[in-house]
Amino acid sequence: MKLSFKLSLTSLVASMAALPVLAVAQDVTGAGASFPAPLYSKWAADYNRATGIKINYQSVGSGAGLRQIEAKTVDFGASDAPLKDDELAKKGLVQFPTVIGGVVPVVNIKGIAPGQLKLNGQVLGDIYLGKITKWTDPAIKALNPTLPLPDVAISPVRRADGSGTSFIFTNYLSKVNPEWKTKVGEGTAVNWPVGAGGKGNEGVAAFVGRLPNSIGYVEYAYVKQNKMTFAQMRNAAGTFVSPDDAAFKAAAAGADWAKSFYQILTEQPGKDAWPITGATFILMHKAQDKPAQAASSLKFFDWAFKNGDKTADDLDYVPMPANVKVIIEKAWADIKDASGKSIATK
Amino acid sequence: MSSTLPAGGAAFDPVSKSAKRNMINPPPGNAVRRSPLADKMFAWVAQGAAWLTLLLLAGILLSLIVGAWPAISKYGLGFLTSTTWDPVKNEYGGLVMIYGTVATSLIALIIAVPVSFGIALFLTELSPTWLKRPLGTAIELLAAVPSIVYGMWGLLVFGPILATYVQQPLQKAFGETPYLGALVSGPPVGIGILSAGIILAIMIIPFIASVMRDVFDVTPVMLKESAYALGSTTWEVVYKVVLPYTKAGVVGGIMLGLGRALGETMAITFVIGNFNQLDSLSLFQAANSITSALANEFAEAAEGLHQAALIYLGLVLFFITFVVLALSKLMLVQLSKNEGTKT
Repeated sequence: MKLSFKLSLTSLVASMAALPVLAVAQDVTGAGASFPAPLYSKWAADYNRATGIKINYQSVGSGAGLRQIEAKTVDFGASDAPLKDDELAKKGLVQFPTVIGGVVPVVNIKGIAPGQLKLNGQVLGDIYLGKITKWTDPAIKALNPTLPLPDVAISPVRRADGSGTSFIFTNYLSKVNPEWKTKVGEGTAVNWPVGAGGKGNEGVAAFVGRLPNSIGYVEYAYVKQNKMTFAQMRNAAGTFVSPDDAAFKAAAAGADWAKSFYQILTEQPGKDAWPITGATFILMHKAQDKPAQAASSLKFFDWAFKNGDKTADDLDYVPMPANVKVIIEKAWADIKDASGKSIATK
Repeated sequence: MSSTLPAGGAAFDPVSKSAKRNMINPPPGNAVRRSPLADKMFAWVAQGAAWLTLLLLAGILLSLIVGAWPAISKYGLGFLTSTTWDPVKNEYGGLVMIYGTVATSLIALIIAVPVSFGIALFLTELSPTWLKRPLGTAIELLAAVPSIVYGMWGLLVFGPILATYVQQPLQKAFGETPYLGALVSGPPVGIGILSAGIILAIMIIPFIASVMRDVFDVTPVMLKESAYALGSTTWEVVYKVVLPYTKAGVVGGIMLGLGRALGETMAITFVIGNFNQLDSLSLFQAANSITSALANEFAEAAEGLHQAALIYLGLVLFFITFVVLALSKLMLVQLSKNEGTKT
């Protein structure tokens, strides 16, 4: 007892001695997307235990994250929708992906088990356009000839709030359904032709769980944790795949990350690739007024890439493939302090 | 003669009265007179507080106008009549949300005002004494339930009940009738204008009811007793004595409820469906309200027209609230004009 008290006292003194140096220069604040927020918080907590440095992440939404990093009120921003390269250059920002996630169509039809229903992009788009209104539509029957689907109306459910999940979903529909592309388009919020809007993934999950004969889309983690009835999707290679870590990784492997980080992983080639996959991104300024903060942010992500894969797995996110991590860390050389020196290499 | 003339006033009073006053108030001569400066300071502070409110109001209005300016200059008043809300093509119009806000609040008032009136009437005129306090407290407690709880209850419990036991029978009965059929059409999911209106009604009933009860309570007993003595029924007493005496308070209570209904966000977001199309006037059609659109889209809205359009919606809500308040004041003025005339 006495010994442990002494120990804790010495450790307290030691940490107090160390604290001023760390606290002044290296506490970091980030803000943005809500999709990776649980992971960033867990990483931040683990990192804090390992190094004593505090990372504050505010889950305010991708749009707000972008606004805050542009206004320089935070050290890094986070967004589910990547910026195009010319936009990045205009704003003087650098972006890099951190983890991959999948968006999964879920249904609530009596007697249909997870993975039994098969859909493709054309049909999914037509359902959300309001063109396919019944589960017995010939287009659905053609994909599921033996499945006993009820002759009732489909109730589509979608996100009401602007979200990266909707961005990935509508981006996919725009790629595979020409009418969707011209009529609705892609974005974090779009002009939905049909459907009830739920707030957040939990809102959509609640709606689908409650409304019979409904269809919705949620992030993979919600499907797994709530054991929801997901649908199989036909990918670009023409095979039907179920959503799982391997299918998301297969989608990420096909992208040419070396050329640009502006990669949207929907409808990627590859036999096992899940077609509605997307990465989530971090945004930082190229020219840094606060190099100490930037260095600290990069150190955090470096640590997360090296030590955070298991945490990501536990929370049902998919870590970036090892070769992509190398490309990302190389790209950090673009982040420079006032004198033009690279921060990451210091 | 009033107590604001302490020094001289007492001297002119008849002896007995002055002695009585001396017992209640210490003799004025002994009191330490505060310096005039303290009085002035107090007046300034009070006046400052009043002006601060006005200043804040003007500041909010100004910042709303500045924030909404890109949308105002692009759409003008056409924003109020356009139903397109398309963030992808960057086209915005507010009619869907304005309609949703006004329609749900109206439904809420239509339900809540009679019910609240009944509650207040029962509590002040009819209820046995032992029931008054617990019932009154229970109604006030309803006001303390967080709005998100009402929203979740509306989505998970009330919505399905409304769909199964109200909408489907109504559709069976009126489905083929013109107009009436259109009013009840739509997928039977239990979310939309009507369920949002009913949830709102439940939320504002405690506010309106407790204000009504309080103002009914201050009606002088002598007036009521006189009316009863002349042979009035309870209804006549309430309608001809209590209501005219308390009309300002009653209108104030209703406006308080309406203000809450117009501004309610979380509960509405859950049950209204957040649907930005206006393709049918069905009561069961999913729709959107101004507050719900703001709550859902603001965080992800890109800087520029989308954000400006959302702020414009906020400005419209501000305006609606202002108009409602102004109308209620006008109504009170009109009512007091007719006072004393024979009906």
